Amino acid sequence: MADTSVQVHRPAEAAPRRASMAEAVRRYGVLVALVLLILFNAAFTPNFLSWQTVNVNLTQVCAIVIVGVGMTLVIAAGGIDLSVGSLMAISGTLAPLIFMGKLFPVSPGLGLALAFTVPIVAAALLGLFNGWLVTRFRIQPIVATLVLFIAGRGIAQVMTNGNLQVFKEPTFQFIGLGRVLGVPVQVILMAIIVAVAGYALTRTVFGRQLLAVGGNPRAARLSGIASKSISRWVYAISGALAGLAGLIVVARNGAADANLVGLGMELDAIAAVAVGGTLLTGGRASVIGTLLGALVIQLVRYTLLANGVPDAAALVVKAGLIILAVWIQQRAKGSS
Amino acid sequence: MTAVAPAPARRTLRNPRAMARWGVVLALVALILFGWARYDNFLSEYNILSFLRYNSMFALIALGMCFVIITGGIDLSVGGVAALGSVVAAYASGYGLAAGVAAGTGAGLLAGLINGLVVTRLKIAPFIATLAMMLAAYGTALLLAGNQSVSVSWDTAFITFGQNDFLGFPIPAWVMLAAFVIGWVVLEHRPIGRRILAVGGSEDASRLMGLSVETILTGVYMASGALAGLAGVILAAQFGAGQPTEGVGWELFAIASVVVGGTLLTGGVGSVAATFAGAMLLALLFNVLNFENGKGWISLSAYWQSVIRGAFLLLFVLIQARIATGEEDD
Amino acid sequence: MALVAMHGIRKAFNAVPALVDASLEIEPGEVMALVGQNGAGKSTMIKILTGAYRRDEGTLTFDGRPVDFPNPGAAQDAGISTIYQEINLVPHRSVAENVFLGREPTRLGFIDWRRMNREAEAALARFNVSVDVQAPLSTFNAATRQMVAIARAVSRKARLVVMDESTSSLDEREVATLFDTIRTLKRDGVSVLFVSHRLDELYAVCDRVTIMRDGATIGVHPMSAITKMDLVTAMLGRALAAAEHRLHDAPPHKAGAPIVEAAGLARGRRLRDVDLAVHSGEVVALAGLLGSGRTETARVLFGADRPEAGSLKLDGRDVAFGEPSEAIEAGFGFLSEDRKIEGIIPDMSVAENLTLALMPRLAKAGVIDRAAQREVVNRFIRRLGIKLASPDQKIRELSGGNQQKVLLARWLAMNPRLLIVDEPTRGIDVGAKADVLTMIRELAGAGLGVVMVSSELEEIISLADRVTVLSDGRSVRDLHAGEIDETSIMAAMASDVPTTGAPHG
Repeated sequence: MADTSVQVHRPAEAAPRRASMAEAVRRYGVLVALVLLILFNAAFTPNFLSWQTVNVNLTQVCAIVIVGVGMTLVIAAGGIDLSVGSLMAISGTLAPLIFMGKLFPVSPGLGLALAFTVPIVAAALLGLFNGWLVTRFRIQPIVATLVLFIAGRGIAQVMTNGNLQVFKEPTFQFIGLGRVLGVPVQVILMAIIVAVAGYALTRTVFGRQLLAVGGNPRAARLSGIASKSISRWVYAISGALAGLAGLIVVARNGAADANLVGLGMELDAIAAVAVGGTLLTGGRASVIGTLLGALVIQLVRYTLLANGVPDAAALVVKAGLIILAVWIQQRAKGSS
Repeated sequence: MTAVAPAPARRTLRNPRAMARWGVVLALVALILFGWARYDNFLSEYNILSFLRYNSMFALIALGMCFVIITGGIDLSVGGVAALGSVVAAYASGYGLAAGVAAGTGAGLLAGLINGLVVTRLKIAPFIATLAMMLAAYGTALLLAGNQSVSVSWDTAFITFGQNDFLGFPIPAWVMLAAFVIGWVVLEHRPIGRRILAVGGSEDASRLMGLSVETILTGVYMASGALAGLAGVILAAQFGAGQPTEGVGWELFAIASVVVGGTLLTGGVGSVAATFAGAMLLALLFNVLNFENGKGWISLSAYWQSVIRGAFLLLFVLIQARIATGEEDD
Repeated sequence: MALVAMHGIRKAFNAVPALVDASLEIEPGEVMALVGQNGAGKSTMIKILTGAYRRDEGTLTFDGRPVDFPNPGAAQDAGISTIYQEINLVPHRSVAENVFLGREPTRLGFIDWRRMNREAEAALARFNVSVDVQAPLSTFNAATRQMVAIARAVSRKARLVVMDESTSSLDEREVATLFDTIRTLKRDGVSVLFVSHRLDELYAVCDRVTIMRDGATIGVHPMSAITKMDLVTAMLGRALAAAEHRLHDAPPHKAGAPIVEAAGLARGRRLRDVDLAVHSGEVVALAGLLGSGRTETARVLFGADRPEAGSLKLDGRDVAFGEPSEAIEAGFGFLSEDRKIEGIIPDMSVAENLTLALMPRLAKAGVIDRAAQREVVNRFIRRLGIKLASPDQKIRELSGGNQQKVLLARWLAMNPRLLIVDEPTRGIDVGAKADVLTMIRELAGAGLGVVMVSSELEEIISLADRVTVLSDGRSVRDLHAGEIDETSIMAAMASDVPTTGAPHG
């Protein structure tokens, strides 16, 4: 019967080669940009190629990347999560309250164990609440997560009455300040999270189904994929990762300020995801891309600052960078 | 003849969304009555006027956001653009009131134009395009202001724009009312309003029907930018300084106002009047909280306001979700 | 003098030619058919004519003057209106607004609502449509929306109305109404360019036909001077039109044990009371007018929607599917009606689309076995003759026919017991259509039960072992081998009450 299907749409035959060119730019553009930035700095920025500089830049992006990984998964599944910054604030203020025994009397050892687990679980549950709003009531993700964006920081502020909590607790602060073989613990955590999420997205049934839900939810459901349960999981993961990022940030600072922890994080994370080549409409995602995107944004800022350009101007450059990156992706998509 | 279609079954409930809009108006009225009954000075001239003076900025931004959301877009840049507008207006205030207002609004208009061009020419999703503009606007504002607030000129009449009254009513409130009346007339009774709604309902269909979608979209982003710039002018005039770091989170507050007003984020449906009610409702919650604290019965810190606003947003969104489900089932 | 004359039209996308030497002439008051397989260049040609695309080379004259429309608005102003396949109206807005969008009557700059509504009513009355013009368009059915689009075109004083697959969402009665409308237009001197995959419609309403193949115009004939066979042969470029007919010669099948028995299925207003049984090795067609409950029945059967009443038996035991995943578990597959909206995941590769339902079975501890996936994908690409550059190619780059084959393979890979196919040949070209139909026949021969929803009587007659006819949400008649012909199906479809022999008491 093969001989009856005489026609193949000719543009369709030629398109892949053409698309692969644009596709290559889309896929490797961020990487090339990163390499160029490193080369530029190696040549022109004094002391750039030092362990110190590497660590500074990596620790700067840790929280963004960890939150960005969750954001990547949410966006890949066709959603968005505006609540991550507020969830960081909740988790970041909850941890000191626990190990300082302000919530309930607790032995130091147990307090520390709870300080690591309870905030992350709480953030995951709040993420699950986001997912529940989106799947159960079919509320648009921007609106559903806007609720906790607004209320979440308020909850953190109410818990601490808006006061700054200063603490010195080396065991807890290990995740923010500690090092293993000279590598900051938070960088190791980031690397593990990126690796696990990247593997899950490309090689597991969960990852494939998540992309299918983002690419075409109705088709995914008719193919037997439990799309609602996948969406709920994804929001819960995003919440948990935001919770972890909140712990890292307060541990690093030795202080928890409900007004500031994670402020603006949702937009930083979305910017990293967009620059990293994840399609914002869902269905196509790259966790490594998000890591590279965050690094590019950070390095551009670092480069400008190191060369005497004011921070405010770096904001304008970052804006241009986001538009450029998304525009390149758009062209890659349009040409096929 | 068989093509005679049955008339829609529910002529009276032709637009269930209208119920959501009445809901927000009812909630607003209920909250006002509650405040009036419970607090002595709630409906005092001072409270009403200062409430309107302060919240006119947010309402203006919500109006622009309403139009953008009707087209199916979103404008995250409004907070940054307001900050930029306030800085530009502060610098221009030395040349007089008109110059200050025009410069601030013009800066917003320009930012809106860039948003519109990035969305329509580069075909970049509004969420990203305006997110970038937010960063660029804050960056520009900080650069212009040298990282600090910029005092307005006290030699000209500029500050009267934010601080004086006209016919016993704050000038910012007049500006807000005028903007909403114009917005309402444009949306409901001018052909361009119908076209904005059509573009939001179906961009492809509108294009095929010969509408110049790009022009309409660009115009809407320019309107939103100009209104944000105008809000920045009021900000500068009210507080006597251009504030390059102000406006953080205003965009999400404006989105919340629009959503509470029953406008669909998917575009094609929306109401100017309900957006006004939504903005007033969210603002009034804070006002009521202040009065409640004043009574001394309970002491809720100012931090509760965001929790309560979030809860209200949740309530409205859930009610609307119920209505939307009803639409689908029929 | 011709109203429209297009000659030597060339158009390429990214250096890939879509039109190489296309031409088209339409006389005033003429109904011209435009035919060709998918990819022949029809859509590109129409889009150039209506200003959606610019041509690379060639001449276009309208009403004797050379023209070059920069956008659809300019073409509409000149008098060319298009009714697209996906109807180009705005659902949330009222009927009147849709008729007048872009040129609303105003008074002192404000919309004159009363005049607009009055004139919209008058424009629709011309086609015997009487509706509440203030109601949102979304509250009306597809045929009425089509009429609104035509009223819009005519009220703009269109001199040429282009109908691109306008009938694909209409049922037979609505098509008849549309044809009356076309004749009204013709009488008033308006030309019509009519594009359709359904050949019978061309003979019913068109004066002449322009045939395109591989981006070029290869012939123009009066409809009365070309046989259907010659037309199909010209479109395909060689004589394989017989492919569709050989299905008639297939030997009659013996149905096996019942797989599914449904009784009294009901959901909302569209699905009131449907009985249906499918045996293994049997193709059961669901026939009926649009809105008679065909797709609704298929969806309820597959667990995509929950029935409000009725029972479903699988192998004689009662079952209730809450989600498609449960039906899939039971061995069901569902090829949905709308490929784009409910079928393909456009950004995923062919391989990923093909294994979407199968994936959990291709995994160990949640991790996909990629070697097994490759094996399955290659096997089905060969078996169904899917034309592609690579299995890693994005599915959206494939033609409609090849996409449909991938979706069919998605279910075949599951080794199902019951396959539900909803309009399996909609919008795909003649060659792929024959492939898909032959495949369905073969599958039934191998013991699969098939439920086929189809609007094309020809397809039902050539393929079905049994036909369950639906009308107004009820199953009104069961036709068995020997009774399946156009007259009896049409008669049953048109009946509003169960006729004798219907399975209802």
